[in-house]
Amino acid sequence: MTPPSLFLGMAAVLLVLVGAYLYRLAAGPTVFDRLLGLSGFGTKTTLILLLVGAVYERLDMFVDISLAYALLGFIGSLAAARYLEREGASR
Amino acid sequence: MTTLLVLVVGAALFFHTVAALGVLRMPDFYTRLHAVAKAETLGVVLTVTALILWVGPSLLAVKIAFVAVFLLLANPTSTHAISRAALRSGLRPWQREPADGAPHGTLDQ
Repeated sequence: MTPPSLFLGMAAVLLVLVGAYLYRLAAGPTVFDRLLGLSGFGTKTTLILLLVGAVYERLDMFVDISLAYALLGFIGSLAAARYLEREGASR
Repeated sequence: MTTLLVLVVGAALFFHTVAALGVLRMPDFYTRLHAVAKAETLGVVLTVTALILWVGPSLLAVKIAFVAVFLLLANPTSTHAISRAALRSGLRPWQREPADGAPHGTLDQ
């Protein structure tokens, strides 16, 4: 098994596992569960971008995209957590 | 080399699977967050390690390592912020037998 096909398989498995986070995002009983699903979704997306870059052999380009995505996801989930802490949780 | 790569990828997939199972199956919000904070961070680091092993020593490997270092810092930080927001807005942690009869997983009010 060559490494690019190994990475393609790993990206496929991660895409299946993202389903768990999507379920939590859609069904989570509290708003914090949804926030947790969103932040886990962002982390998985970062990794899948890296793996897709490895498959296409353009990792030098995809690493910048995934870094920007990781930064945006981090800032977004911090801002949402701060907002909920200040406002109190509305279901 | 390829054997090492397969081993690292397998370990990463194991930790990602554990994190996803924890998100699906744990009884309340705090335990789910626990699964994500630890298992997923380790899965991220192992995945990026596999990519670095494949790329070999270069500037690109340093940039990929920077993604891992950033996620290693950012993932626990955002998890901490979310759990503190939940605790301060009165989400009760899960208990096997609720102390005062209040159902777990609900908000005080």
